[in-house]
Amino acid sequence: MIELRTSPHMKGALSLPQIMRHVIYALLPICAFSIYQFGISALALITVVTLSCIATEALFNHLSNKKNSLNDYTAVITGILLALTLPPGFPLWMGAVAGFIAISMGKTLFGGMGFNLFNPALLGRAFVQAAFPVAITSWTPTGMADRFTQFIPSSLTLPFTAPTAVDGFSGATPLALQKFEDTLTPNSDLILGFSSGSLGETSSLLIVFCGAYLIIRGFMGWRIPLAIILSTILISGAFYLLDNSYPSPLFMLTSGGLMLGALFMATDPVSAPVTPMGMWLFGFLIAAMTIIIRLFGGLPEGIMYAILFANASVPLIEAIAQPRKFGQVATKKSGESK
Amino acid sequence: MSILDLFKNKTFSHGIHLPDKKEHTRNQKIRRLPFAPELIVPLTQHFGAPAKAVVSPGQEVVRGELIAEADGFMSVPIHAPASGVIKEIELYPTAKGPKTEAIIIKTWPGASQRMADFDPVNIPSLSHEQLIQAVQDTGMVGLGGAGFPTHVKLSVPAEYTIDTLVVNGCECEPYLTTDHRLMLESTEKLLHGISILMNALGAKQAIIGIEDNKMDAVNAIKDHISGFEHIQVQAVQTHYPQGSEKLLIKVLLGREVPSGGYPYQVGVVVQNIATITQLGELLPTNQGLIERVVTVTGTGVKKPGNYLIPLGTPIRFLLDYVGFSGTANHLILGGPMMGSTVASLDVPITKPVSGLLVFNEQSIEKVSDEIYPCIKCARCVDACPMHLNPSMLGQLAAKREYDPMMETYNLMDCFECGCCSYICPSNIPLVQYFRIAKSVLRERPREEV
Repeated sequence: MIELRTSPHMKGALSLPQIMRHVIYALLPICAFSIYQFGISALALITVVTLSCIATEALFNHLSNKKNSLNDYTAVITGILLALTLPPGFPLWMGAVAGFIAISMGKTLFGGMGFNLFNPALLGRAFVQAAFPVAITSWTPTGMADRFTQFIPSSLTLPFTAPTAVDGFSGATPLALQKFEDTLTPNSDLILGFSSGSLGETSSLLIVFCGAYLIIRGFMGWRIPLAIILSTILISGAFYLLDNSYPSPLFMLTSGGLMLGALFMATDPVSAPVTPMGMWLFGFLIAAMTIIIRLFGGLPEGIMYAILFANASVPLIEAIAQPRKFGQVATKKSGESK
Repeated sequence: MSILDLFKNKTFSHGIHLPDKKEHTRNQKIRRLPFAPELIVPLTQHFGAPAKAVVSPGQEVVRGELIAEADGFMSVPIHAPASGVIKEIELYPTAKGPKTEAIIIKTWPGASQRMADFDPVNIPSLSHEQLIQAVQDTGMVGLGGAGFPTHVKLSVPAEYTIDTLVVNGCECEPYLTTDHRLMLESTEKLLHGISILMNALGAKQAIIGIEDNKMDAVNAIKDHISGFEHIQVQAVQTHYPQGSEKLLIKVLLGREVPSGGYPYQVGVVVQNIATITQLGELLPTNQGLIERVVTVTGTGVKKPGNYLIPLGTPIRFLLDYVGFSGTANHLILGGPMMGSTVASLDVPITKPVSGLLVFNEQSIEKVSDEIYPCIKCARCVDACPMHLNPSMLGQLAAKREYDPMMETYNLMDCFECGCCSYICPSNIPLVQYFRIAKSVLRERPREEV
């Protein structure tokens, strides 16, 4: 039996599940470090959020009679990424809600993988930021002595009750310290990851390593992260030069979720542009929005809203950033065809 | 493009790196295939009007004799690939699919295969028109796969002057090694062919562009080049689809052929190695094109190699000769990126066929057959040598929104090289979508009239 196919008859080896698997591999060291810093609360939160994402995806597949889409691993990635943006002591039930919203509203509502307009993980986080404003801004210091034997009390809050604040468990983030108390966290703490913050955002060095792995292996593009980092240096550098009371570019880069956002959130290909020019514009927009929110907005951190805003701008960006096709004549007149 | 590329040979932006798979045949000398008992010689082996048969059933023909004449300028004649008797003129399946008219020749046994006699021609004495006519009389078409009549390509509109003949020795498709072998084994003929064409075009220089996985060919030509002025050899990076003429011109000369235009608009004519080598041999002796070199390879072939095959040889005969394993079920005429599969073993080898690839059930690399939605990873955008946006084109094609594909996203500039389909991690058959979209768009104006 002769088989008929159309060209090309060769196929590259890279497959979508393979890419997604490697993204998970790259996230594991960040998870491990967050567990090392925040203990079993971090482990429980990552597990709960990821399981919630997987369960939600399975539920909607079942409800809409779609075939199993868990084997593309994207639900797992959304779960891990979402967990890494949450505070260590975030109540586990709220984490489950965040996972449910991320997958249901952020992904399946649009038609599943490949069709979402926004980064699902960030959409889930934006929801809980609005729904649980206290829990999402309650921080825990790193390296508590009993972190491997005891949960952070707020983690185990019962569903639909507010977590009770416990003394000794507050640790403001470097951005909040800088914004509201004019205290600068040492750069070494920011780079190595010994400042408080969301699970996965503490060590910018580790994030850069993990992201670099994906870029070098060809699983992720380099333009968007580079665009965000360069634009951040440029814009915050300009403010810093104008007035030294603004934070330095290094602080801007290494504090908060900027690195995690630049390397793992903005690079979600589905919600980012595909054209090279579009990617540069996208990165610049994210950096600019983040800095504007951080310096002039009411919130200490702006990377999440900046990325969501840039996600929404993608169709507009793509419209003006289409590549110049090969052989395009510079001055094309309308009557010139044929 | 990475920094390392600065130290390598020149290439174009975008495109992909392919495993070249040429190791089984690149060192195999060209061998002659015996004559099949029956040759199937289609009247359409070229782009343009079918040739008109000038023989009738029962008539005896001598190898090299004219059996079908060109029907107008956009057509080429066909010569008898072997001596024998015309059995019939019938509809036969072709590689492209639909059946077309073909002359069936029952060949005499190999020993009596004598060539018809021809009077040699003194090429330099010919006028431009006579030379174009002589090229048409050889029945020559682009042997790289296009099948475009060579004399038409040499007939440049009067308002353009050609300064450069680009000789395409890239052979960027994996597996194929016919041009490679010709450059090594027929170097003199190639260079003579180039001289003839340079004169025909009035070109001041010729540049032979060769991918750097064939450095032995580059050196072989350099060894022979001293007697030929104004011919130079340039190694270019092995990078698919380097052999696309517009990309090769860009790499060698830095000129960009306008979208929808032709190379002569930037003063260039491109011809491939096999075409020029054959012309260099046929023109001075006033003969017609009756055979060509074909790479026969793939996991299903027992004796892979480069074979000089009489045109019209059925694939069935060829496969019996080279030996193939029983499960061979995937036959490709041409290269693996742009070639087409054949539906029947009665399909003959014709002028544009540069390769026959035979694969077993599991041998063609396929990771997964599952098609996932487009994740906009942009690998196709970075691969498209025409700098299109295959991701967006693919999404539009899936929704059958063909008009914006053409008007906004330049679908018609796609030449179906297959880079996007190759690279797509979601296994989306992008080129296949685009082919459908193009044919729908081409049909449309006719419907409206």
